[in-house]
Amino acid sequence: MSNQNTTQWETVIGLEIHTQLKTKSKLFAGTNTAYGGEPNTQVSLLEAAMPGTLPVFNEKVLRYAIRFGLAVGAKVIAKESTFDRKNYFYPDSPKAYQITQLNHPIVEHGELVIQDDKGNDKTIRINRAHIEEDAGKSIHDKYTQYSAIDLNRCGTPLIEIVSEPDLSSAKEAVRYMRGIHTIVTHLGICDGNLQEGSFRCDANVSIRPVGQKELGTRTELKNINSFRFVEKAINIEIKRQIKLLESGGTVTQETRLYDADKNETRPMRSKEEANDYRYFPDPDLLPVVIDQAYIDNEKQFIPEFPAQKIIRYTQDLKLKPDDATTIAHDKELSEYFDAAVKQLGKAKPKVAANMILGEFSALLNANDAKVEDNNISPEQFAELLEALAAGTISHKIAKVVMEKIWGTDSTAAQIIDKEGLAQVSDTGELETIVKEIIKNNPSQFEAYKGGDMKMFNYFVGQVMKQTRGRANPAQVKTLLEEL
Amino acid sequence: MLINRKEVQQIAVLAKLNVSKDEIDTIVTSLDSVVEMINHINEVDTDNVKPMANPMDAVQRLRADVVTETSNKEVLLSMATNADDDYFLVPTVVE
Repeated sequence: MSNQNTTQWETVIGLEIHTQLKTKSKLFAGTNTAYGGEPNTQVSLLEAAMPGTLPVFNEKVLRYAIRFGLAVGAKVIAKESTFDRKNYFYPDSPKAYQITQLNHPIVEHGELVIQDDKGNDKTIRINRAHIEEDAGKSIHDKYTQYSAIDLNRCGTPLIEIVSEPDLSSAKEAVRYMRGIHTIVTHLGICDGNLQEGSFRCDANVSIRPVGQKELGTRTELKNINSFRFVEKAINIEIKRQIKLLESGGTVTQETRLYDADKNETRPMRSKEEANDYRYFPDPDLLPVVIDQAYIDNEKQFIPEFPAQKIIRYTQDLKLKPDDATTIAHDKELSEYFDAAVKQLGKAKPKVAANMILGEFSALLNANDAKVEDNNISPEQFAELLEALAAGTISHKIAKVVMEKIWGTDSTAAQIIDKEGLAQVSDTGELETIVKEIIKNNPSQFEAYKGGDMKMFNYFVGQVMKQTRGRANPAQVKTLLEEL
Repeated sequence: MLINRKEVQQIAVLAKLNVSKDEIDTIVTSLDSVVEMINHINEVDTDNVKPMANPMDAVQRLRADVVTETSNKEVLLSMATNADDDYFLVPTVVE
């Protein structure tokens, strides 16, 4: 920090998030949208911009966009929305324009509550969410003198979610981005896969002296495709702008690219071509007109969101706040948890949560599997928890049983029976074992009687070893204390 | 004049048109008369007129989300100026 510069800067950030919609077919033609297809096999004559082709709007896209609007409490879900052309030349867009919604977008004026850097609730306004088409992909590293073009992604439906410049730090931007990610994945309208580009973000970043009302000149950071990079890119850009202004320079309004390898941003497009897209209404598409009933019908598809789930988990099911948060934010995990909890009798949801986040998650990781692969059904899981609650097995054995249930149709009871894993609670049997161990370890027993508590654990360990973990720990403890 | 040489040049760049120096003055004159004609629209009072997105008195038909298209890869690549077995090839575009 320099002593000469006393200006305190504040950051103003707005995000534009491009969310690829999880439809089977493209926005304006019945072309497959599946990711990872052989290059240029998912290109219809429309995406290839053949003369005479006309766009026909995919209704699923409209419904998905409405659901997003409902989820963010949008004041406007347009009963009449229209499409415009954004004109620019780029090889990954053969028709030389992108169909988007400039003047009458489907969704306007929503909001999302995030936590600010002090941990307080902060409402981030969403200016709009509009429908538009994605471009193809340019591959630059295949040839030295050519760029290779794959048009499979061309025409894939997106909604672009535009926030107001309400974000004040890179961390807030990440929280907002995660919040939107949670909403679109829980709605099931986007697969949320950042690596495959299903969820990408542009950040508009500017700084101004604290207290100044008018906004500073902003730069736009393009196509950031990870939560970590959003934070890094914004922070490096803030630093660059501060350095520039404090050395007497000015910020140029431009589009910049974040280079993750070098951790720097650099200008992307020449200035005179920027922001001159000559928008006009697309004459090939008519206004999209819907009524209130059409909008209301989508309400049935709005699920319980993590924030509501967390309240239910902590208040009704008495989960620890951290556990509730972790489970609630993972759509598949929370669905699994809810399904399992529904089957529980004596067992506590809290134990289910511990087990899901502990042993169950470890097992998933070890097998490189996903919750939804259903290697252990919620019913099987619930039965296991019941056996634990009934004292038939110990926590330690529960893990063993879980591993044996994995990928089979067996119930916990069947495994316990077959493998002889039921807990030894028979005092007579345990007493014999304990006495035997004491007999074989006289010096340790003397030390224990002499008050060495380490030896207490030693004996518990020996009993567990002898019974292959099936001894009831509480009973072993009582027995040892009595002897 | 409602339009000048610089604007014509800029539009030409955006439209990827190659306009020679000899042509520019003619284009400026022609476009100027077009702009003048279109400018008459600004004289109409549109205060109480609902914006019209399309002159046809109809609304957009919706399509079910179903895959109906199959691959056109070979035929599309064969029509391209330059392509390999998988991709369209264009002069290097560097960002």
